[in-house]
Amino acid sequence: MNTSTLSLQLLQNMLVVLAAPLLLGWVNTCRAWMQSRSAAGIFQPYRNLAKLFQKDAVLAHNASPLFRYTPYILFVSMWLAAAMVPVIAVDLPLSTVVDVIALVGVFALARVFIALAAMDVGTSFGTLGARREMLVSFLAEPALMMVFFTAAAISHSTSLTTIVGVLAHKEFVLHPSLAFAAIAFIMVLLAENARIPVDNPSTHLELTMIHEAMILEYSARHLALIEWASAIKLFAYITIGFALFLPWGIAGVGEWNALPLALVLLVIKLAAAGFGLALLESVSAKLRIFRAPEFLGTAFLLAVLGILTHFLRTSVA
Amino acid sequence: MISISSTLPIDWVIGVVAFWFLIGLLGLALQDKPRLITALIFPAGALAALVLAASALVALGQGASVATLPLGLPDLPFHLRLDALSAFFLLILGAASFGISLYGAGYFRSMDKATLGLLCFEYHLFLASMALVILADDAYMFMVAWETMAISSYFLVTTDHKIPEIRSAGFIYLLIAHIGAIAILMCFGVLEGGQGDYTFATMRHHALSPLWASIAFLLALFGFGAKAGMLPLHVWLPEAHPAAPSPVSAMMSGIMLKTAIYGILRVTFDLLHTSQWWWGILALTLGLLTALYGVLFATVQSDMKRLLAYSSIENIGILIAGIGLTILFHSSNQDQVAALALVATLYHALNHSFFKSLLFLTTGSVLHSTGERNLGKLGGLIHKMPWVALLALVGVLAISGLPPLNGFVSEWLLLQAFLLAPNMPHQLYISMLLPLGAAALALAGALAAYAMVKFYGIIFLGQPREERLAEAHDAGPLERAGMLWLAGWCVILGLSPVFFILQIDNVAMALVGRDLGGSAASSGWLWLTPVAAERASYSPLILFLIILAGFIFTFLFARKFYHGKVRRGPAWDCGYPAQTPRMQDSAEGFGQPIRQIFEQFFGIVREVPNPFDTHPHYHGETRDQIWDLIYHPVARLAEWLSALIGKLQHGRISLYLLYSFVTLMALLAFVR
Repeated sequence: MNTSTLSLQLLQNMLVVLAAPLLLGWVNTCRAWMQSRSAAGIFQPYRNLAKLFQKDAVLAHNASPLFRYTPYILFVSMWLAAAMVPVIAVDLPLSTVVDVIALVGVFALARVFIALAAMDVGTSFGTLGARREMLVSFLAEPALMMVFFTAAAISHSTSLTTIVGVLAHKEFVLHPSLAFAAIAFIMVLLAENARIPVDNPSTHLELTMIHEAMILEYSARHLALIEWASAIKLFAYITIGFALFLPWGIAGVGEWNALPLALVLLVIKLAAAGFGLALLESVSAKLRIFRAPEFLGTAFLLAVLGILTHFLRTSVA
Repeated sequence: MISISSTLPIDWVIGVVAFWFLIGLLGLALQDKPRLITALIFPAGALAALVLAASALVALGQGASVATLPLGLPDLPFHLRLDALSAFFLLILGAASFGISLYGAGYFRSMDKATLGLLCFEYHLFLASMALVILADDAYMFMVAWETMAISSYFLVTTDHKIPEIRSAGFIYLLIAHIGAIAILMCFGVLEGGQGDYTFATMRHHALSPLWASIAFLLALFGFGAKAGMLPLHVWLPEAHPAAPSPVSAMMSGIMLKTAIYGILRVTFDLLHTSQWWWGILALTLGLLTALYGVLFATVQSDMKRLLAYSSIENIGILIAGIGLTILFHSSNQDQVAALALVATLYHALNHSFFKSLLFLTTGSVLHSTGERNLGKLGGLIHKMPWVALLALVGVLAISGLPPLNGFVSEWLLLQAFLLAPNMPHQLYISMLLPLGAAALALAGALAAYAMVKFYGIIFLGQPREERLAEAHDAGPLERAGMLWLAGWCVILGLSPVFFILQIDNVAMALVGRDLGGSAASSGWLWLTPVAAERASYSPLILFLIILAGFIFTFLFARKFYHGKVRRGPAWDCGYPAQTPRMQDSAEGFGQPIRQIFEQFFGIVREVPNPFDTHPHYHGETRDQIWDLIYHPVARLAEWLSALIGKLQHGRISLYLLYSFVTLMALLAFVR
């Protein structure tokens, strides 16, 4: 660890925190265009956050400290997760702290806390949201794990740095197993980030909602932190997708002059991914809650197929 | 005078066992002075447990030492042996039972004095017998200790023997414990191989043919599996654990189940020389099925102790799967990976004994202060019992396998072992089967989080569902201390795994002939790197510090720049004004999605009211279908057979004389 890698880490930490709402704004704008609405502009998430931060917070009478501190835990976990993914360069000191399995663990930590906080006030919507969130996650998490295992089996490592290094730099081989894994990953991404078809991020007062039902009791800066954390989570997931499936352009160890190109490529990739996400959300309909297990079960099976394909190939070869 | 430095750890361990036995008897004698029992005997037992843990820790780094007790039958003295494997399990026993006994000292205070003296005796006898099971070095000693353990725990389970359900739970426990014990006895019979010497030392040197070795392994897996709660022998566990007083449940789940794991390891890796790869596949499959089955049932329970009991089945499944993986790698000479799988398994055993004991103790405190075991009648206890709620949160996060606590470390190590499977030299299908095993493990982990969110959320969060919960009180100081000890280890084992893994390595060295040693700590004690740093690394302490620093930073930042006030108001709930606590999810409601998705796995009994009922009553129950699939047919078969034999008995002398005559004729026909 030296000063240059440390500064790179700090740069990335700032980048993910500040750029995440922009990505969300871009997705929302694209979606508005596709649905023939006039968009609020890509900076709307920042305006929402600023507004929320300036309000007085209201806590329910029987809210416990758990309820009050969860937004911070959520925000920090997501920030941490996003900071460990090689976004523009692999040379990050923090990325040795956790590998992909631990990354799944950090996401799970945040999820358990938000589900518990949702049950804390004791409203009917809160517990309903918590239950549904855990339902979605118990199928999404193993699928995500399988996706990571496929990449880990190819690169013989669970460290994201090594995975990116192997996939992007060492060899240029098309892995059919990664195709299965990529589809599974996109499905998990939709489910875990409360997007259509599993959840609807813009719904309110509907019995179909999951994520929003959990955070109904939050207000002001607590709500702002949660919204910001969701934006960072989306950012983290999309960049994990880049690291696994589109790693080209991410600067290798010590390649400082590749950084500007990596940054430009990242912006292009994010813009395309955001557009794709909006497109996916516009052409699909929200599923009934009990269809979500089928959707995620498919993702899980695809991920398992991916890893089996990998072993089949290596055994035959 | 014997100086302390010259006594071996095994002497200390024997001393602790004898001490436990003596204070148990003393408790029986002091029956009329209940204050003395709780204030003196239980804390003394706890201190002895600490001595046991310390001597086990010392022994873990040393070679094996043996002792022979001048007890037992003539010419058949008790042989004891303390090696790395037994030291590790004694460490679990000592460390976990220190917390449990300390808690018990506070908890048992409210017990009526007639039962207290007896309970004190059974409790310490149970502890002593578990230590002897782990120490035993001959089959005779082992079976005596094993049976003492079963019987003393049976009496502990049936402490409230006036309740019929508890009596029947105790009966099922005793029945399955004995079916298992018969299998273990037969296993020793096979291992001994007709030499007439039942010491483990002889068995160790006696090589069996592959067929007999397999028979011995299967008998051991069945016998110890019955004690551990392996599918389909798990049915006693969700009955017996809730029936027992909470510290006893903690002891049974946290420690006693581990003696079965110890037994499997002892027979497979120490007494048997060979191992065959299909044993590994069998154990792995059974373990993963047990894990999934247990966790699935845990999610739909509405009794908090039953929920934890099913979660124990899950964890036992993970342990057996880990053993299976170790056997598989060991039999194909992949000793480094075998060592990794074994270390992961042992680490999980250690973890489970802390967090499961902790959770059972928290249910004890809840039970004490509310008198209620049904999740649907609790709620909001975080306000009334902040200490218990905080400690339970540690346990819940640990058991859900979340970083940076201890449950995650063992899960992570086990997944790493699964991921090293591609190096398997076997046929194609095994290396393809192993990723599916990892998938099952991941699924079980995610479902465990579901069950634990339900457990914690419904008991401690939300609004109190019953009015009398307003009188709930927090746990007393001794109870708190006991739980703090267990929770503390959940945190320490989570944050600095490398120290403990270096200790556990001694066991791996003894059993599979390799250790992780250098590679686990190759990047310093902060980083856990099971194989190599570029393959996988995890640093829980740094992770924790980053989370902590980030938390403080964000908190201060949000506070400094936006000093909006915090005010209290009524819950909003989407503007719905009429809020009652009954509108929160009940335990059944929270488990409903799982029940619906996995409907085939549960036997669901529903009682739906008639639309014209003036007092409608809805009743739904999920049942364990193993009862209907296996146990009831077996019971019916036994009944049918005994009815058949019963036909022979008519009570007429002439008929019995006829039987004698026929038998005599038949025998004469043989003799001729």
